[in-house]
Amino acid sequence: MGTMNLLFNLTTLIYLLASICYLLAMLGKRPQAARTGRWVLLAGVVLHAACFAVRHSTTGGAPVTSLHESLSFFAWCLVLLFLLFDLRFRLSVMGAFAGPLAFLLMLGSAVSPDVVVQLNPMLRSWLFPVHIVFAFFGNAAFALAFGAGVMYLVQDRMLKSKRFTRIYQLLPSLGTLDKVNYTCLSVGFPLMTLGIISGAFWANTAWGAYWSWDPKETWALITWFLYAALLHGRLTIGWRGRKAAIFSIIGFLFLLFTFLGVNLLLDGQHTFEAFAQL
Amino acid sequence: MNIVVVGLSHKTAPVEIREKVAFPPTEMATPLRQMLALPAVAEGVIVSTCNRVELYAVSRTPEAAVIELKRFLADFHQIAADKLSEHLYDLEGKDAIRHVLRVAASLDSMIIGEPQILGQIKTAYGYASEYKTLGLILNRFLHKAFSVAKRVRTETAIASNAVSVSFAAVELARKIFDDLEDKTVMLIGAGEMCELAARHFVNNGVKKVLVTNRTFARAEKLAAEFNGGIAVSFENFREQLHRVDIVLSSTGAPDYVLSAKRVKEIIKLRRHKPMFLIDIAVPRDIDPLANKFDGIYLYDVDDLQGVVQANLKGREKEAAKAEAIIDGEIEQFQRWLATLEVKPTIVALRRQLDQVRKTELEKTFASLNTLGDKERKAIEAMTAAIVNKILHHPTNILKQSQNGGGGDQYVDAVRTLFDLPESTDAQQDEAEPSVDN
Repeated sequence: MGTMNLLFNLTTLIYLLASICYLLAMLGKRPQAARTGRWVLLAGVVLHAACFAVRHSTTGGAPVTSLHESLSFFAWCLVLLFLLFDLRFRLSVMGAFAGPLAFLLMLGSAVSPDVVVQLNPMLRSWLFPVHIVFAFFGNAAFALAFGAGVMYLVQDRMLKSKRFTRIYQLLPSLGTLDKVNYTCLSVGFPLMTLGIISGAFWANTAWGAYWSWDPKETWALITWFLYAALLHGRLTIGWRGRKAAIFSIIGFLFLLFTFLGVNLLLDGQHTFEAFAQL
Repeated sequence: MNIVVVGLSHKTAPVEIREKVAFPPTEMATPLRQMLALPAVAEGVIVSTCNRVELYAVSRTPEAAVIELKRFLADFHQIAADKLSEHLYDLEGKDAIRHVLRVAASLDSMIIGEPQILGQIKTAYGYASEYKTLGLILNRFLHKAFSVAKRVRTETAIASNAVSVSFAAVELARKIFDDLEDKTVMLIGAGEMCELAARHFVNNGVKKVLVTNRTFARAEKLAAEFNGGIAVSFENFREQLHRVDIVLSSTGAPDYVLSAKRVKEIIKLRRHKPMFLIDIAVPRDIDPLANKFDGIYLYDVDDLQGVVQANLKGREKEAAKAEAIIDGEIEQFQRWLATLEVKPTIVALRRQLDQVRKTELEKTFASLNTLGDKERKAIEAMTAAIVNKILHHPTNILKQSQNGGGGDQYVDAVRTLFDLPESTDAQQDEAEPSVDN
């Protein structure tokens, strides 16, 4: 337990450091700091993976049986996906969004009780980790789409109102942001779809029904339809730019509710308590 | 030796004066030779651009050099000296060094950070070296100026943002589109600024240029100037617009050439792909209301001017960083300049050889401990005499070189050959022997 806590705290600290680097690059006058931030974040994601490995060796389960684990795993997915995007699009400004978000998720994780929930034997299946990985990476992609969407709206505002502030200088072009939005969507949507399908199969092995309309399932389906509409709009009727950005932001708010709100506010078989009971 | 600057620039003289004292670039031999013939001038360079005319000289007697250079400038251009003098500035020593470095780094330019001035100084250097009016000091100094200018350019953002309206358009396009390579530009009308902007776009990757004009022949002529340019008749250009990403408009039309309604139709046809409209015409060509539509970014002349103003302000901020770089370089150059003084060099040379003599003597005495006082004194006197004999001629040459030309070369050579320390600070030299003990 000691090593794990140490790794966890260290990871949190590193995410904070990376966030500071990215924020310095954005708000301060040191654009080089973003490059440092990238390496720091990379160190964080490796350390974080080690943290999960240690955890797995002691608890033996997928790292999402409690809110503590879920938030931490989500942070890891987000950072990993961001680094991949950064590699592809050179989007270091987005680090000022992904870094602090990852740090906040880690903080949220740290304050939630770290209980190792022994998964109900009925729920143990290889489908569980598959379901989790798809769903979480999908969520991370949508989180990045949200970030790109916010940046798009800000940059659009700047260009329309002809105000050439520092933010204008730092933000990437509308074209790049729109491309990121599209890429996130086209990565996130299949992942989310696979997440839902694998979840249904898992539910069938665990509860004997593919779909039981528990709140999480319902909300996930609503969110899925929302993103499906956006993807469809993009591909067929030219929903791009501002419209796509606004849609991604709304979609992510729904996603947040599905991910956190449902667990905290509503009851159902996806609540963490339910993992142990049943 | 001292650096001297005499000259005038856009800051001190109106164009009527500047054009009178400018030196035509094809006839630099005469003025350069005349300048070098001045009694107080040892080396000289003439920098002549449309914004400044400056004489850089090296002199042992800077006050005299300033008077001579001012007279030379007036006489050469046949202007009354008193009429010219109110526009002239003169600097020497540290101030002169700072001035030249600032000019080369484009901190003294009309548009801070503009890149031409460095090339112009390099040209001036070329003439001076061709007509052999450069010596060791100006040679080294101008190279220093070039390297400082390069440092300023790479270490500060002084030249990073556009300060011309035509280039500001390209910069804006880069914030709208992620790639200009696959974009199409359309020129409506044949304004000079539009043409220039279109050229900037082509230089930055745009492959396709459409040109339209009320007179089709003019459109064809202009289109031919762009690789891949296509002329479009003025009656039909609106039908092509949905295929165009960037519009540059500057017709002389009294009314809008593009109505807001039309723009709305076009953006729909484009399925909301962003479109950058640049309206440089006065009165304007495109209804300003078009800026409201999603995906349309409409800029008029004033908007572009606003970009330029913002960028200029940014450059001024960067200039402060550049000044700090220059401060450091001035000190370094002055230290080198000081080493070229003859007297301290002779002292340093003497001390260096004497040091060698003493060290070797001590070694010898240590191994020959049978020697008596008398023998020791004789050997010591002999070694001192050898050093003096060896130094006699070089010292004389150095002393003489002080008066003739080319003396700095000797000093520099001696410093290099004998590896003399750069510092001429007497105290520091005094302290050195104690280190050996």
